[in-house]
Amino acid sequence: MSILVTPETKILVQGITGEFGGRHAKLSLDYGTKVVAGVTPGKGGQFFEHGAHKVPIFNTVAEAAKATGATVSAVFVPPPFAADAILEGVDAGLVLVIAITEGIPIRDMVRVKRAMQGKKTRLIGPNCPGIVTPGTGEKSTGGCRIGIAPGYIHKKGHVGIVSRSGTLTYEAVWQVTCKGLGQTTCVGIGGDPVNGTSHLDVIKMFNDDPETKGIIMIGEIGGNAEVEAARWIKEHCKKPVAGFIAGATAPAGRRMGHAGAIVGGAEDTAAAKIAVFKECGIEVAATPSDMADALLRVAAAKKVNLA
Amino acid sequence: MNIHEFQANALFGKYGVPAPKGVPAKTVAEIDAALAQFPEGMVVVKSQIHAGGRGKGTFTDGYKGGVKVCKTKTDAREAALKMLGNTLVTLQTGPAGRKVQTLFFTEACPPKKEYYLSILLDRASSRPVIVASTEGGMNIEEVAKATPEKIHKVFVDPAYGLADFQVRQLCFALGFNPKESKEAAKLIRNLYNMFWDVDASMVEINPLITTADDRVLALDAKVGFDDNALFRHPEIVALRDFAEEDPKETEASKHELSYIALDGNIACLVNGAGLAMSTMDIIKHFGGNPANFLDVGGGASKEQVVAAFKIILGDKNVKGIFVNIFGGIMDCNVIAAGIVEAVKEVGLKLPLVVRLEGNNVVAGKKTLADSGLPIVSGDSMADAAQKIVKLVAA
Repeated sequence: MSILVTPETKILVQGITGEFGGRHAKLSLDYGTKVVAGVTPGKGGQFFEHGAHKVPIFNTVAEAAKATGATVSAVFVPPPFAADAILEGVDAGLVLVIAITEGIPIRDMVRVKRAMQGKKTRLIGPNCPGIVTPGTGEKSTGGCRIGIAPGYIHKKGHVGIVSRSGTLTYEAVWQVTCKGLGQTTCVGIGGDPVNGTSHLDVIKMFNDDPETKGIIMIGEIGGNAEVEAARWIKEHCKKPVAGFIAGATAPAGRRMGHAGAIVGGAEDTAAAKIAVFKECGIEVAATPSDMADALLRVAAAKKVNLA
Repeated sequence: MNIHEFQANALFGKYGVPAPKGVPAKTVAEIDAALAQFPEGMVVVKSQIHAGGRGKGTFTDGYKGGVKVCKTKTDAREAALKMLGNTLVTLQTGPAGRKVQTLFFTEACPPKKEYYLSILLDRASSRPVIVASTEGGMNIEEVAKATPEKIHKVFVDPAYGLADFQVRQLCFALGFNPKESKEAAKLIRNLYNMFWDVDASMVEINPLITTADDRVLALDAKVGFDDNALFRHPEIVALRDFAEEDPKETEASKHELSYIALDGNIACLVNGAGLAMSTMDIIKHFGGNPANFLDVGGGASKEQVVAAFKIILGDKNVKGIFVNIFGGIMDCNVIAAGIVEAVKEVGLKLPLVVRLEGNNVVAGKKTLADSGLPIVSGDSMADAAQKIVKLVAA
């Protein structure tokens, strides 16, 4: 199994006719992902064509979901309209909305998060690389790729990866793949201060997933989401967990690229988070080159075979 | 984005947040014109820089205090002339200090008591939180640590906005008398409306004061804005003061590069914020010192890479460069060609270590090797970081 999405999951892409959304919709189709619909208001009735694929475009998410059975949306809509696009997916009763868009105003996300309370839809992101559940084909094709991650670096296997950063996720994925191991699902939860799914939410899913035998959790400065997850791991998770926190050298009070990567006080520094990781039995990678090795160390100590 | 106190004071005025009357001045003529608007008597002179600790700061010529309460307008004029164009060093400016280009004159409002009030985003609840304390004029983090019971918070439900009962909770917690409470309630409500309306990331009043005649005033004003929301606030963007920014950071933002200057000597050029942060970390881990944070984004173009090299080399402390690219979707060979072109265009003389990984990496490495340029290749982040640290130390 995997978490959140499987190779059978049907996807719709909001913003499929945009340059960014279109490019990544094609890459997902190439990967073997079931992209069954696109949504662009005003372009309903047209088709998004790529090779042998002819993906119908709808004016609204509700129509697209009803006509195609899509349950998951990837949002590639520009920042001023992205919050509204997320809410449209929620209103259509989708299971999962994955917001790739970077630069959504925080106030918009505060309202979205409030509006989603009590709704069945889960949000991942925004400002995230998305999700990949690798497939069994060549270069992991045949899997479910939603978002902007490079598919070919993955390999089907037993490691779960959760991270706030895009390229740092790819770094971890590639290290795991180069060790001959693979991933169940890789989840980028995004670098914004207000996001839909936390480290802890994903960790709980990995913990419940029988296929996932080890976990890599990647965090950064700002907020306390990694600390919350680490404390839960200490109490409830028996699986080997390796961790990495970026931003040890970041100056306080400066926003380091991600809107959420900012040191506000003594509690959300890299040093403070690393200390909590260690205290909670998470094997800390000394450098970002050490993430897969750190997982192998803790797996060996717990006598868990990750292969 | 941050603004000056005098700009925040004007914004307070627009939203009905009571604050002392103030007039800014940028020249000697404006100083005289500003002072003419005050009655004879006490006037406060405040240096306008984007950094705290101004009152306890010292100018580079030895003149003490970036904020002065003056007994007469003559004294105020004299203090203002000392401050204008002078460089103020505070705990937050770093040793280089900041040049004072604007002064802000305000009426003197002797406080009966000082309080603290701020509004910011609470990440854990994803809601705005109003923080208030009876301990005004102090460092609020220290108050929170030493006497947490003196920090009062209300979390605002974005679906309903700030409720009357929450405002009352704050007023009772701060111990205001009935007349002060009425004033404070209006101030808190208007401040919250402003916070929400202008997409502020933070507003802070320290100190908030009560006066002998039971007025409640914002004696200081600090406002920061959510950069993501600036597109819908041209009136706020117009307040941006480029003189307060590192020119390299300003230049970077023009090329949609995310750059932050640090004080080390190994420059970094990386794609992705998380990877960029950890590149700085790994340099430090192997005994070097990063000169900057630089994220060229997911789809860095050749033009961006060239611009990035120029910005990096604008920092005279830089003794070596570490390029770290994980080309997931991007073709490593295209990036390699961009690096080669950039190196030729800027005539690079410093050691350069490049670590490429990802799509079409073999061709990319070959392009670098065939360029005839002294570019050192690193196999992993750790390998490349060790190489650049060694080269710079040599």
